[in-house]
Parts: sequence; structure tokens; C-alpha cells
Amino acid sequence: MIEFRMPALGSDMDEGTLNEWLIKPGDTITRGQIVAVVETTKAAVEVECWQEGTVGDLLVPVGDTVQVGTPLATLLEPGERADTPTGRRPHKRTEPAAGAAAQPAAAPTKPPGAPPAAPGHRRWVSPAARRLAGSLKVDLDAVAGTGPQGAVTISDVEHAAAAKPAAAPAAKPTAAKGTAAERAAERAAQMRQAIAAAMSRSKREIPHYYLAEEIVLETAMSWLTTRNAQRSIDERILPAVLLLKAVGVAAQRFPEFNGFWRDDGFQPGTGVHVGVGISLRGGGLVAPAIHDVPDKKVAELMDDLTDLVARARAGSLRSSEMSDPTITVTNLGDQGVDTVFGVIYPPQVALVGFGRPARRVRVIDEGIRIVPTVHATLAADHRASDGHRGALFLTAINELLGQPDLLEK
Amino acid sequence: MTDEDTRGAVLSVLTRIAPEVDPDDISDDALLRDQVDLDSMDWLNFLRGIHRQLHVDIPESDYASLRTLADVVGYVEKNGSRAG
Repeated sequence: MIEFRMPALGSDMDEGTLNEWLIKPGDTITRGQIVAVVETTKAAVEVECWQEGTVGDLLVPVGDTVQVGTPLATLLEPGERADTPTGRRPHKRTEPAAGAAAQPAAAPTKPPGAPPAAPGHRRWVSPAARRLAGSLKVDLDAVAGTGPQGAVTISDVEHAAAAKPAAAPAAKPTAAKGTAAERAAERAAQMRQAIAAAMSRSKREIPHYYLAEEIVLETAMSWLTTRNAQRSIDERILPAVLLLKAVGVAAQRFPEFNGFWRDDGFQPGTGVHVGVGISLRGGGLVAPAIHDVPDKKVAELMDDLTDLVARARAGSLRSSEMSDPTITVTNLGDQGVDTVFGVIYPPQVALVGFGRPARRVRVIDEGIRIVPTVHATLAADHRASDGHRGALFLTAINELLGQPDLLEK
Repeated sequence: MTDEDTRGAVLSVLTRIAPEVDPDDISDDALLRDQVDLDSMDWLNFLRGIHRQLHVDIPESDYASLRTLADVVGYVEKNGSRAG
């Protein structure tokens, strides 16, 4: 029997509240299947299970807050104990303990006997909207989402709440707004605390060193302009994707920047999973991973990034995205300032920062030219690497950005 | 489509990207990205939304000319009618 435990959700998340089970005893689950939704201060995290088997018991009822590492469910390995004959047909079981506890007062109320939502097509509901729906007794299944990718937002819930007593017209939302604002503030405060804990730990434990380099983006930008001019708006890629790919490829060549510092030693990452700093509307940030960056084409990375940003903003991420980053990139983008010196996200050992790309004066081939450049910085853990290697790492990123054709593949 | 309809449609695309924005607070002639906190991904999604909802193709070389709400509405009016 396997105990399926609450996975790590990144160093600033040590607990989560179980929002929803997407499996039931007797179900067969496959590797990577999303089995539950856990709410954290940063997102409603879709918890993936990386083991295969048949679900035995669900050990944690909906509504409970559990620590990382807590057993959530038992799984029977394929072939183990013929409780369910083939493992295919879900066993009808009354499931006493979890079933009774599964309807605590705080959970969004679902009509009893309503069919469970089909797992693959779960809608996104921001954690704040979910909480508000709970307190206003709004049935989330009946709310139309207007957020990114149809996500249900606070204002959707407010509208639904206002519409509920059919007689009362538009005056109601004001009343609800106070609570919504309070709840948003409470969530923001919790997120602040989570960020505070992770960043304090980083600055307390990690001896950072910093390096900076101005990278000329002339080749990369003209390559990108030519590429995008031939494509429809849905297929165009952002400069940020080239930067991500360059960091991913360089991190593969310089493994001491790609991994974790744990138990007084460096543990190289398996694969290069680049965490992307995404600021959230309403404050705070998350840095979920795009997996296997060096192996993906830029078009694929663009799709991944678009999807990841949309889901992060809608408040719906997957557990592996929260726990897997092996290095992080923070990118200020074209509304930012020139340079960013980042704080490493523990237990990672490096963070690459990009400031605002802009046209700047440079000396090139004994002449003065105005070219697009970006300030790249490296914040690295001196326990895991030294400045000399850091400089080579940053130089490698620079050189890769000069060869966009190589990055495309 | 009148100017007002186009303006409303553009704003509805914008509020889908930035749900916290009150459309009444958006001024026509101030830089949109100063009024609304839009990063480059948001901006691309905004233009993609315009493309999808209003059937206007926007080449990347025109991005720089779209700075205010009035710019975007004018662009849609001009290029949308040409396409239709």
C-alpha cells in the first residue's frame, strides 16, 4: 500500500486547505493525474499524483488544513490486494468517515447528490472567489466565469450573490463589497507573510553574490521581429521566451546553478525547470515552473508561458509547478526599470534577473551605436558556486541570445 | 459599429485582462499602460482579444502606435471597416 502525501508546494508554502477531491475510493489513477485541489494563500493548487494505483481511502476530508507531507490518501499498487477486481470498475462503497466529514460549514456548498465535476474540465476559481462564495452561500457551479480563461473571479461571485434574491436589483453589491475587500486584504496579508518567510529564510541562509552584464539584443530582436512578422498574433512570441530559453540552456551547461542546497550540500536538479516570477494583480507574486525548458522549442515555451501566466493570475496552479523549479527567472519587462538584483528562492541556488529592454548607447566595433540591450543579473548562492563560474554562466546566456536560431529548436 | 460601441468592446476586452479596472476610470488620451498595470504578456493578450473579438488583424509593427484607448479605438475603426 502506498501513502499518497501532500506534496511540497514551494518553500513558502507549508500547508494548504483541501478544497476538493477529484478521485474516490476504487478509482484507478495514472501517473501525473490531478487528484485534488488544495488552496494555499497563493493559488488553488491542483495536486498531481505521481504514483499509479487504485485509490483505497481518502484520509483527509474537504475543508481540513494539512501540512506538507501529511498522508492524504492510501493507494493500492497495481496488482495489490484484489479489493477491486480489475481495478477498472470503481467499487461502489459508502465510505463512511470521509463522506460524513466532507461537508464542513466552511466549504462551498454543493447540492447533495450533484454529479461530481468531470475532472479534466474543472473550472478555475480564484481562492478569494471561492472563499467569498462560501461565505455568501453562492453555488459556484452556477456562476459564469469572466476572468482569464473563464475563471470565476470575486466580481463574478458578487454578481451572482447580488442576482440571487431576484427581487433586489443592483444595490446589493455594495454590501458584499466590504466583505470581499476584507477577504482580499486577508488573503493579501497571508501571501505577504508567506513571501516574508521565504525571503527572510533566503537572506538569512543564503550567502548571495551578484553579477551583472549588459546584453546586446540586436540580433535576437531582429530575428524575433522577422519571425513574428510572418505569423498571426496568436503565434507571435515575446522576447521573454527567448530569455527563458537562453537561461534554461545555459543552466543545463552549468549544472551548479540548477538545483538545490539541502542538508549542507548541493543537489543538482533532475532536468531544468525554470521558475518564472509572475506578479499577481492585487499584489504578491508566484514563481511556478515551466518544465524541461532546454528541450522545448520557443513556440512551445510561448504557449507554456501564456498558459502559466493565465493560470497563475486565475489562481490555479499545479503542485509540480510549485515544487519543481530548479532555477528562477525574474523579468521586469518593458514597463520595468533597468536592472533587478533578485533574491534566491530557497532551496534553489540561483536567480537570473532581466531588467527592461531598451535602446541604449554602446560601443560596437570601434563605433558608437544605439542598440536594444537588456541588463542581465545573476544572484547565486556562494555555497554552491563561485563568481568565476557565475560569470561564465552569465556570459553563456549572453552568447546564446546572440544565436537565436539555436534557441528556436 | 459606432465609436461608442467600439470603445465599449475594447474596454470589455481590457477588463477581462485586468478585472480590477473600472472602465469609467479609463481616460481616452492617457497612456493605457500607465493607467492599467499591463505587462508585456497582458498587452499581448489584450491585442489578441481585440483580434479575436473585433476581427482586426494587428501586425507587430503597429504595436508601437497603439498607446492610448483612443489610439486603439481609432485603429479598430479604421482597420475593422476595411476588413469588413
